[in-house]
Amino acid sequence: MAEDKKSAISHGKLVGKLTVVVFAMFGFGFALVPMYDMICDAFGLNGRFVEIEQGTFGAEQGQIKGQQLATRRDINRTITVQFTATLNQSMAWEFEPLTRSMELHPGEIKQVKYLAHNKTGKKVVAQAVPSVAPGQATKYFTKMECFCFDQQTFEPGETKEMQLVFVVDPDLPRNVNTITLGYTFFDTDRKAGLESDEKIIMAAAESSKAYLN
Amino acid sequence: MSTVAATHEHHHPTGITRWLFTTNHKDIGTLYLWFAFIMFLLGGAMAMVIRAELFQPGMQIVDPHFFNQMTTMHGLIMVFGAVMPAFVGLANWQIPLMIGAPDMALPRMNNWSFWILPFAGTMLVSTLFMEGGGPAFGWTFYAPLSTTFAPASTDFFIFAVHLLGFSSIMGAINIIATILNMRAPGMTLMKMPLFVWTWLITAFLLIAVMPVLAGAVTMMLTDRNFGTSFFDAAGGGDPVLFQHVFWFFGHPEVYIMILPAFGVVSQIIPTFARKPLFGYASMVYATAAIAFLSFIVWAHHMFTVGMPVAGELYFMYATVMIAVPTAVKVFNWTATMWKGSMTFEAPMLWAIAFVFLFTIGGFTGLMLGVAPADFQYHDTYFVVAHFHYVLVTGAVFAIIAGVYYWLPKWTGNMYHEGLAKWHFWLSAISVNVLFFPMHFVGLAGMPRRIPDYSPMFAEFNMMASLGGFVFGASQLLFLYIIIKTIRGGEKATDEVWEGAEGLEWTVASPAPYHTFETPPQVK
Repeated sequence: MAEDKKSAISHGKLVGKLTVVVFAMFGFGFALVPMYDMICDAFGLNGRFVEIEQGTFGAEQGQIKGQQLATRRDINRTITVQFTATLNQSMAWEFEPLTRSMELHPGEIKQVKYLAHNKTGKKVVAQAVPSVAPGQATKYFTKMECFCFDQQTFEPGETKEMQLVFVVDPDLPRNVNTITLGYTFFDTDRKAGLESDEKIIMAAAESSKAYLN
Repeated sequence: MSTVAATHEHHHPTGITRWLFTTNHKDIGTLYLWFAFIMFLLGGAMAMVIRAELFQPGMQIVDPHFFNQMTTMHGLIMVFGAVMPAFVGLANWQIPLMIGAPDMALPRMNNWSFWILPFAGTMLVSTLFMEGGGPAFGWTFYAPLSTTFAPASTDFFIFAVHLLGFSSIMGAINIIATILNMRAPGMTLMKMPLFVWTWLITAFLLIAVMPVLAGAVTMMLTDRNFGTSFFDAAGGGDPVLFQHVFWFFGHPEVYIMILPAFGVVSQIIPTFARKPLFGYASMVYATAAIAFLSFIVWAHHMFTVGMPVAGELYFMYATVMIAVPTAVKVFNWTATMWKGSMTFEAPMLWAIAFVFLFTIGGFTGLMLGVAPADFQYHDTYFVVAHFHYVLVTGAVFAIIAGVYYWLPKWTGNMYHEGLAKWHFWLSAISVNVLFFPMHFVGLAGMPRRIPDYSPMFAEFNMMASLGGFVFGASQLLFLYIIIKTIRGGEKATDEVWEGAEGLEWTVASPAPYHTFETPPQVK
């Protein structure tokens, strides 16, 4: 029995160490979240926070950077900028760009409008989130005025034209000839969003049954 | 397994309580193996539903939502319910016998880690009967499909994954403690049988990545229920983050399922080639190298998410590098057979089929690892063909090989060699009829995880389905052979196989309830 006890103690040490590893790795899983954000920021991936990192997100900073870029206009190069709009999940909205595509020179200040129409009977506070494709073009796309800088409040049934003023950096890599700017509109009241998601799931389940019959 | 109990009249409980309260590594190994087999048949039945629906283009048998539940549950059950527990079962039975230990280091925890499994499995399967159905988002449960758009039962799925993770982690800790602390005198690390080595490394992989999986599903749980936004873009999160966290777990996970298979095959081939394993030390180092590389290649599963070119290049090179230690292993197995006095009993047949077919899966893995080519193959049936070659003809074939190899030691009876050969040839042929055509339809662009497909894929799909039905049915023959062997048969000698080396062959057949109570001396 004495021997048994001794061996139990030595297991205890090893098992203790291994348990520490287990908890450390559980923590590491969560540490991946800030690490992911840091790596995306550092390398400008996924179009996340690049402008915040550069200090050019927001009307004032965007204006300063944009005016600087405009002094270096490159008329020998023409690129295409496309505009898209997506609604998050199930918002009962109309949301679209009034210009689908345009050609421009890097360094040229351009202006486009997006149209949004709140079809619900409720007042909605919405936030537009931009994204640029390809991802490597993100940091060369400067917004001088943007409806995405602030949350937008819509009265029931209200329609708004929202302005975007932007400029493309002349340093844009040579292999990029087309940039797509997409906006996704989010309802900032998440709970409302989730409830309507449930309805969508139920509807999808119903239609998949109907499809069979 | 009544034979084991009957031969040894110790004061342990009988009937159901024997199995509920057992702390004996052999009993627990048996429980794990039976649990894995039941799950294998259940997951296989789901595969039959999938293949039946895909027998012809168009919607035939099940509705699309149920089809998605079948593909999801088939994957989850086979990975977490069948392959992983089967290897833990083999580890429980064999590791103490192979290193000359009387039992596992922590027998009570061993009991607990097994008995969590039936509850976790039941909870997972029960989601199929809940309102809205079970998980239908694929076994990789990518957000936001598994968070925002998932059925209510997903919370049960999450809890089941937590429990399965607990079980695996406890099992892994137990295996490490057993191997590091309980080896017989003279059994140095570099004298350990390769199955023990591969399991030691696998156990380290398990304790490193199962907690990350637990973290991922915990984030899903809080995103779903407690208003966090880890994976929700509306709240500042990112669904791509989920894929990174998942595959940081997922890639080592695929090696968790294949390294013990390497170990089993490394035991069997020397026995039936009647030569020592060629390049033992290089086998150990290759296993460790594969384990290390598994942590730094995860994003090759997600080449198409929009990574920068530098990232694609890095993950491509790192991935292709895994071929080097893997090739060392295949070379060593082949070199072990070279000029050996080979005989082809069932375990050897399965092991050779493993080497051959696993290598095919390895080659398709290389093709998928090449980032520019992957854009063509991504999410097609080519991927399905690839991972079924490494997991079915890889992991599952090795498990079956191991069961035939050690079954006489466990039961004291030889299995019926003729039936076992039937089982082998039926399986080995049908499995290729099942999975090989998937390469072709995949390259031609047939997407995975769909209940319906273009008529141009009809012939190959019908072929795959027919192969699938035969492969499924031949596993029932396996069940019959096992039960028949437990009930009786030609008595096995202690050594069982003429060329077998190792401590497990020095104990009686069937292995007594308690073995190595006084440790053997290893020279």
